[in-house]
Amino acid sequence: MLKLENITLKLFEKNLFNPFSIEISGGTIATVMGPSGCGKSSLLSYLCGTLSSEISGSGKIVLNGRDIQKIIPHLRKIGILFQDDLLFPHLSVGENLAFALPSKFKKKERLKKIENVLEEIELPGMYSKDPATLSGGQKVRVALMRTLLSEPEALLLDEPFAKLDKDLRERFRNLVFSHARRNNLPTLLVTHDSADAEAAGEKIIFLK
Amino acid sequence: MKIFVVFPFFIKFIFVVPILVGIFGVLLPSFGYFPEIGGNKLSLDVFGQLIREPTLPNSILLTIFSGISSTLISLILAIFLSAIISSGDFLWCQKRILANFIVAINRSLISLIAIPHAAIALGFAFLISPSGWIIRWISLGFSGWDTPPELETLQDSMGISLILGLLLKETPYLLLMILISLPQIKFKQYIYIGQSLGYGLFDCWLKLILPQIYPLIRLPVFAVLVFSLSVVDVALILGPTTPPTLSILIMQWMENPDINFRFVASAGAVLLFLISFFSIVTWRFLEWVFLENHNNWQINGKRRSGKILQIFTILCGVIVVVICFLNILCLLFWSFSNRWAYPNVLPSIWTWGNWERYWNSLQETILITLEVGLISTTIALFLAIGYLENENYIKTKVKMNSFWWIYLPLLVPQATFLLGIQILSISLHLDGTMIFLIWSHLLFVLPYIFLSFSDSWRSLDHRMLMTAQCLGSSPLRNLFRIKLSLLFKPLLVTMAIGLSVSIAQYLPTLFAGGGRFSTLTTEAVSYASSGDMRVIGVFAFLQSILPLIGILLAFLIPKFFYRHRSEMT
Amino acid sequence: MKYNFINKIPKIFIKFFYLLTISVILIFIERVIVYANSWDNIVSKAKGQEVYWNAWGGSAEINDYIQWVSKRVKKDFGVIIKHVKLSNTADAVTRILLEKTAGRTTNGSVDLIWINGENFSNMKKNGLLFGPFTEELPNFKLVDFKGKPTTLIDFNIPVDGYEAPWGMAKFNFVFDSARVKVIPKSIPELLNWSISNPGRFTYPHISDFLGSTFLMQILIELTDDPNILNYPVKNISIFKRVTEPLWNYLEKLHPYLWRSGKSFPLSNSVQLQMLNNSEIDIALSFNPSDTSSAIANGKLPKTSRTFVFKKGTIGNTHFVAIPFNSGSLEGAMVVSNFLIGPEAQIKKQNPEIWGDSTVLSIDKLSQKYQRKFKDLPLGIATLPPNKLGATQRNPHPEWKNLIDSEWKIRFSK
Repeated sequence: MLKLENITLKLFEKNLFNPFSIEISGGTIATVMGPSGCGKSSLLSYLCGTLSSEISGSGKIVLNGRDIQKIIPHLRKIGILFQDDLLFPHLSVGENLAFALPSKFKKKERLKKIENVLEEIELPGMYSKDPATLSGGQKVRVALMRTLLSEPEALLLDEPFAKLDKDLRERFRNLVFSHARRNNLPTLLVTHDSADAEAAGEKIIFLK
Repeated sequence: MKIFVVFPFFIKFIFVVPILVGIFGVLLPSFGYFPEIGGNKLSLDVFGQLIREPTLPNSILLTIFSGISSTLISLILAIFLSAIISSGDFLWCQKRILANFIVAINRSLISLIAIPHAAIALGFAFLISPSGWIIRWISLGFSGWDTPPELETLQDSMGISLILGLLLKETPYLLLMILISLPQIKFKQYIYIGQSLGYGLFDCWLKLILPQIYPLIRLPVFAVLVFSLSVVDVALILGPTTPPTLSILIMQWMENPDINFRFVASAGAVLLFLISFFSIVTWRFLEWVFLENHNNWQINGKRRSGKILQIFTILCGVIVVVICFLNILCLLFWSFSNRWAYPNVLPSIWTWGNWERYWNSLQETILITLEVGLISTTIALFLAIGYLENENYIKTKVKMNSFWWIYLPLLVPQATFLLGIQILSISLHLDGTMIFLIWSHLLFVLPYIFLSFSDSWRSLDHRMLMTAQCLGSSPLRNLFRIKLSLLFKPLLVTMAIGLSVSIAQYLPTLFAGGGRFSTLTTEAVSYASSGDMRVIGVFAFLQSILPLIGILLAFLIPKFFYRHRSEMT
Repeated sequence: MKYNFINKIPKIFIKFFYLLTISVILIFIERVIVYANSWDNIVSKAKGQEVYWNAWGGSAEINDYIQWVSKRVKKDFGVIIKHVKLSNTADAVTRILLEKTAGRTTNGSVDLIWINGENFSNMKKNGLLFGPFTEELPNFKLVDFKGKPTTLIDFNIPVDGYEAPWGMAKFNFVFDSARVKVIPKSIPELLNWSISNPGRFTYPHISDFLGSTFLMQILIELTDDPNILNYPVKNISIFKRVTEPLWNYLEKLHPYLWRSGKSFPLSNSVQLQMLNNSEIDIALSFNPSDTSSAIANGKLPKTSRTFVFKKGTIGNTHFVAIPFNSGSLEGAMVVSNFLIGPEAQIKKQNPEIWGDSTVLSIDKLSQKYQRKFKDLPLGIATLPPNKLGATQRNPHPEWKNLIDSEWKIRFSK
């Protein structure tokens, strides 16, 4: 359960949008829509705790009963997906996944888990492959699995489907949503595409 | 991560304080106060004495002329070269050979920044002197000159050879500075748009890219400007003698056995500081006029093909590379020659003797050079990373040039504050110690490391870091596993630059080392006074090849290390 | 009756006894002091000391020689020499002065310095020198004070034991005999030669000591009263009168110099390099056998030769001195003594090594060393002693300073 209360962002003492509140229960996908420049991406930064210094945010963020607003970013347990895959170019496909995996899993288990994931996204045996050699569809799948492997308690999506062509877009959207539901993750999708919002089919917030 | 807050404070402490002390230390004697050698009251007499120096007016003119014109020409050349290199576009020709050629030119130009000034100047002096290599090749062909022609090709009174010598080093440096700051703007899109609006490559570059990129390279340009105005070793080798530049005059006063000339030397150093300061102010003013105030040239709609200019630019780039290559080659030849007099184009007697003779002392010299270089580079890198990392945690917005004070050592003429700091170091028993030597190198290594590393650091995709954080990676893990790994190549290139800056330091080594530490540069410059090109050949060759190896490794190691990661090389 | 016994001894004996006792004690004390100061004691204290020897480092041959000295001194006395290669001796002088200014009276950065003339005068004037110490060097008595008076008077400044003579120098000209057939034998003849060979002669910039020495050479030869140059300049009108012929001469000479006298080589070494490359035909030197060793080393063409003027040329001595704040006084003294010893002096005079003339009196040496000195090769381009001409003294340093600034006013605009 991700609870947002009276969230707003300020740039030079001016509100970017009116405060809003929302409750997203596990496995549901809420959508935030709004014109470009209204602070959609900054909103996600605020939730992750990586807001740049000229913008200030306020409002309560409660994740599974924890008030995470004061918690430093990497301990918040919020995963994020961008429209670019942002695979780390210096690590191999498998290493990218391993980077995300918590350290509680030890050697053999780690390898096993990653291999399973690779199989699941139809990239078996590609552990040591250079991410730059993957196709667009393969890259986004790796990026998604990387986020999920870090065992987040909530998922943020920053227009992750915007750059994909129509066919791939639908397939990937379904993949993401099904994983979100299967893992019972409260998910917040930022988009300006109404088709995405429809597919999510839950609460929609228009930022004003 | 509050701990990183100490970095800015620490850097300020070890940078700004000593430099201010140094400036103070030359201000006092320039106003006649230096009790130990008989100056007890403040007065303007010393400046009166300075003004009465017969050679002063011409020296000042020469200093300003050579400093400003070498900076201006190398900046223009670097801007045009960067246009061709970064777009990979030359005469609208998409042939692969041409593209490869441009890449080769680019690589060689960038590598050139590693060669110390003194080595370039020493090789260049031999190349262009009336009895030098070029004339020898010419006279071989026309066999008219049994004695060298009486041409003023070297140390000419206008300072042309000095300007050319400075160009060789500064063009590649400014080029690199432009290239590494380009990723901060979307230059490819702008060029694309500009070209679709009918503007040629150079037009796009001047009208669209330059106004955006210039603020990012302003500090390096100023550093080059101050360096050209105050350089000692290059001016000594390539500059005119009657009169010499102001920096050489200061050195001559300093070296005058009559101790009272120290007053004049201090006043001269203050004057040099003022000249540098006003040059920067004037430059900044002209910048404002052309880039902001009178920007009609940007929007007047004029479109030029710039074909000839493109050819000319590439030609200049090739010439710079070829000359520097010939420099190193003739240094190498000299180091293996026993006798090589005019008009022979190659040594008439070859020998291993020069290398044998210096081999023993060379080992120690190389060791000290590398030791000082590596330690100061490592410390500088540590400080720079700490400083940049701290920027991520502070709450106020980081302005692009808010760390200008790191560049203070590059913006104040070396001779000015080193002269002033000498007495402090002696009274603290610091001179002649390794720590002080490393510190003095750090003063110059850190700004260069900062200049080249901060751009790469800032052009990192912040979403990449956000992703890593959201994957549960702690800031320290982020720093090492993501930031520094992604920046592996810039990191190594930066280290190579730091090393080459340290290797090139002459005045700081002399002042801080108290003469007790001899590096390749101090040896090369002290042998330069001997005029014996065979010895100079040995030291100047090593002096240029060592940093070149460094930069080569910086290019090759990531290639090997990330040979399976196509985006990393 | 004991008292009686004593009383019976004549008073004179008692007095004698007292005297004897006191003398014995005094002699004993004196011995102790002598031992404390004796050379043996100095040598034993020197062992293990590091001597930072600041010496001009622009010549490979000289650096090699210093390297040899370092090896020998380390082997024989356990003194470790660190050669600090200066490009200008005044650097080190300034540093010592700054050290004194900063109150650093021990463990200074310089232990031994190669020096003469103006730098010596400055150091002595400012109390920067340790000494007098030369009397304590056993080899000092071998120096030829009579035949080489400049070992005692350095640029008209009395040495007073503050610097140990190391080598002799004498102004001479180098020319390429393949190109120059008629040699000018005086200052006026040099002008005539230059007029008929325009652009083929120059002298180093006056910031180089050889450049200013050349001006002195002209001055000594052209002035009516050379003796006045041995004293400080009394007033500016005398300076003007005495130097008038010098300036007239230079005004006439300069248009016929290399680059019409508008530019000068920065140092003597650069000038020799120009001679080597046929850019000029006549150059200057301050060491009569330098040319021979330069030929041997491939630095000058085989046809190079030297000449001096009929009336003779300026000669002087160069020295080593010890700064007041040296932390290795004994080590520096041991090195100084080694440098003026016959073995080091023979090696130094060998033109194949360095070719710097000895300061010693050959007659004072043992048969063995006398023979060795006689066996030294002269060198192909070196004039024998009887053809080197008379030795003229360097004018007082004050003349040099004034001439330097006057030269800058006239020719460096």
